[in-house]
Amino acid sequence: MIDLVGKRNWFFLISAIVIIPGIISLAVFGLKPGVDFSSGTAMTVHFDKAVELSQVRQELTNLGYDQAIVQPAGGNDFFIRLPEMSTDQTTQLKDKLQTGLDTTLSISSLYTVSPIVAAGTVRNTVIAVVVAAVGILLYISWAFRKMPKPIRWGTCAIIALIHDLIVVIAVFSILGWVANVEVDALFVTGVLAVVGVSVNNIVVVFDRIRENMKRGVSRDFEVVANYGIVESLGRSLNTGLATLFVIVALYILGGQTTRTLVLALLIGIATGIYSSLCIAGQLLVVWEKGLVKRKKEAPSLAQG
Amino acid sequence: MSVWFILPGNGWDDRKDFKLGLDLKGGSHLVYSIDLSKKDPSQSDADVIAGVKQKIERRVNAYGVTEPIVQTITNERGSFVLIQLPGVTDVDQAIKLIGQTAELDFRELVVDASGKPVLDADGKEQWTIAKAKGSDGQERELTGKYLKPNAQVVLEPQTNKPEVAFEWNSEGATLFEQITQRNLQKPLGIFLDNQLISAPTVQSVIKDKGVITGLNLQEANTLAIQLNSGSLDVPLTIVERRDIGATLGEDSLKKSLEAGIIGAAMVVIFMIAYYRFSGLMACLALVVYVALNLAIFKLIPVVLTLPGIAGFLVSVGMGVDGNVLVAERLKEELRRGRTLGAAIEEGFRQSWSAILDANVTVFIACAVLYWLGNTFGNFLVLGFATTLFIGTALSMFTQVVVTRTFLRTVVGLGMAKSPAAYGVTK
Repeated sequence: MIDLVGKRNWFFLISAIVIIPGIISLAVFGLKPGVDFSSGTAMTVHFDKAVELSQVRQELTNLGYDQAIVQPAGGNDFFIRLPEMSTDQTTQLKDKLQTGLDTTLSISSLYTVSPIVAAGTVRNTVIAVVVAAVGILLYISWAFRKMPKPIRWGTCAIIALIHDLIVVIAVFSILGWVANVEVDALFVTGVLAVVGVSVNNIVVVFDRIRENMKRGVSRDFEVVANYGIVESLGRSLNTGLATLFVIVALYILGGQTTRTLVLALLIGIATGIYSSLCIAGQLLVVWEKGLVKRKKEAPSLAQG
Repeated sequence: MSVWFILPGNGWDDRKDFKLGLDLKGGSHLVYSIDLSKKDPSQSDADVIAGVKQKIERRVNAYGVTEPIVQTITNERGSFVLIQLPGVTDVDQAIKLIGQTAELDFRELVVDASGKPVLDADGKEQWTIAKAKGSDGQERELTGKYLKPNAQVVLEPQTNKPEVAFEWNSEGATLFEQITQRNLQKPLGIFLDNQLISAPTVQSVIKDKGVITGLNLQEANTLAIQLNSGSLDVPLTIVERRDIGATLGEDSLKKSLEAGIIGAAMVVIFMIAYYRFSGLMACLALVVYVALNLAIFKLIPVVLTLPGIAGFLVSVGMGVDGNVLVAERLKEELRRGRTLGAAIEEGFRQSWSAILDANVTVFIACAVLYWLGNTFGNFLVLGFATTLFIGTALSMFTQVVVTRTFLRTVVGLGMAKSPAAYGVTK
C-alpha cells in the first residue's frame, strides 16, 4: 500500500511552495476587480480589417482615454476596459475609432456598471461569502458530530478548505498582474462552488478514516489514516477526473464569457482532490502525533 | 422505464423549446435606477414604481421585442427596473425609447402688454405652460396626460414628412379648445421633456385632435410609442447595461455544446474503461440523468445561460461521483466475498450516507449563489446556481433509484456474473 501519510512533510512543502508566493502576490498586488465590483465599462469590439494592438491603444490615447486597458481577443477583436461610459459616450467612441482607424467597427459585447450597482454587488458578495462560510461551518460540525474529536477533525477540514481557496485566489492574483485577469461575480461563483466540492471530498476521506478506526485496522493512527486515504484514492481521483474532463473541455472550447468561472473551478477542484488526499488526513495525523515522527505511541484517537 | 417522452424534441439539435438566456441569443440587459426623490409627493413609492413598470412594459411591447423581461427590484440602495430585450440590435434607440420621461406639454409665448414676445438675456422667446379651465372649472395645464393612447405616425401628404397624429380625451379637448381659441394666429409651442419640438401657428379653433411635426421618422415612431405608453412620473438613469451581439451568443452556444459533448464522451469512456460493467450501467444511468435534466429545464422552464450550461456540465461530472462511490463499494463487497446481489444492496446502503452528506455542501453553495444572483439581477450567476442545484438533486435521485434498478435487473436476469465485470481483479 502506498504510504501517503508518511510523505506528509513533502506534501506540506509542495503546498507551501505554491501558497507562500501566492500570499505574497495577494498582499502586494491583491486582486484586479472587474467591472462588476469596481464599476466601469468593458467592451469587446470587432474591426472589419486587421488592426494592430498598438494602433488601437494609440487611438484611444489620442481620444483622451489614456487609462483604457486594451487587450487582443483573437482575430480582429479587442477587449477594451474603460471608466464608466454613458450611452452617448459609447456611441461617440465608436464613431471616433471608426474614423481614426479608417474601418468599420462593431461592438460585440458591452458591459457597463455604475458605482451604485458595483457597491451593491460588493456588499452582497461579502454577505454571500459570510453566509456560505457559516453554513459550511455548521455543516462540518454536524457532519463530524460522530467523530471521536469533532473539533479537531472539523478544524483540519477547514484548514484544508482554506488551503484550496488560497490556491485559487492566489492564482487569480498572479494572473491579475501578469495577464490583466480580473475577478468578477462569476469568479466568486466559481470559488463558492469550489467550497462545496472541496468539503465534499474531505468528508468522504474523513468518513473512511473513521470507519477504519471503528474496524480497528491498527493501533497506530498513522496507519489507520493512511488506510482510509488510500481506500478513498480510487473514488477521489476518479470522481475528480470525471469532473475535470468536463471542466477542461469547457475551458479549452467554451467561450470567453465563462472563463473566470471555469478557471476558478478548474484550479479549485484540482487542488481540492490533492488536498483531500495529501493534506487533510495528514493534518489529523500531525495534530495527533506532532510534526516529528515518534514510534510506537499509543493511538489515543482510535480509542475514542 | 420509457425514456422516449422525456427526450428533448426530435434530436439534440432541436433546441427550439429551450429558453435561452440573453448571453446565448444576444440582446441587451438594462438596469435603470428610479429617482423617487423627484416623484409627486401625493403618490406612494409603490404606485410610482408600478407605474414605471407598466409604462416600460407598454413601450417595450410596442417596440416589438419578443419575450422581454421587465422587473422591478427594490433594495437598500434604491429602486431599480431591470429590462431584458432579447434580439435587439439597435440598443441605443431602445434606450432612448425606454428611458426617456417623455413628458409632453403645450406652451404659450410670454408676451408683454403690447403683445410683443418677452425675450430673455440670450434674446430667446419665453414660453409658459398653457392653462385653461377644465370641465369642473379648475385651472389645468395642457399636458400629454389628456391624450388618448392612439397616437400614430402619419406622413403629411404634400411634404411626405412624418408627423405624429394625436387625439385628446374629453378633458383635453375642453382645454385645447379654449387654448387654441385665445391663441389664434399665434404660435403654440409643443415641448417634450422641456425641449421645444415645434411651434406651429394656430390657424383655427381645434377641439379634439392635432399633429406634431418637426421630427424624423425614427423620432416620430419613438414619440408615438411614448405618448401611447404615457410619460414616466420620475426620471430614470442607466446603472447597468450589458449588450451581447447575436453572433457572439450563437458562437458561445455552439462552443459550449461542443465542450459538453466532448467532456461527456470522455467521462463515458473513462467510466467504462475503469469500472467495466458497472461503469456501463452508471453511464446508462447518466443518459437517463441527462434526459431528465433537460426535460426539467424545459418544464420549469429554466433559462439557459453560458454559466448555466457550465453548472449543468459540472453536475454531470459530479453525478458520476455517486456512481463511483457505489461502484467502489460494490467492488469492495465483492472482494470480501459477498454474493453479487448482496454486494449490490450493501454497496448502495453503505454509500447512501456519503452521497447525501457530500451533496449538502453543494446545496449550501447553490442557495447562497441563487440569493446573490437574484438580489442584483445577475442572470449569469443565477443561471449557474439553478442548473447546478437541479443537476445535483437529480443526480442523487438517479444514483439511488436508477442505477440500483439497473443493477438489480441485471442480477435478476442472471447477466454479468463474473466479479471481473465489476473491475475486481484477484
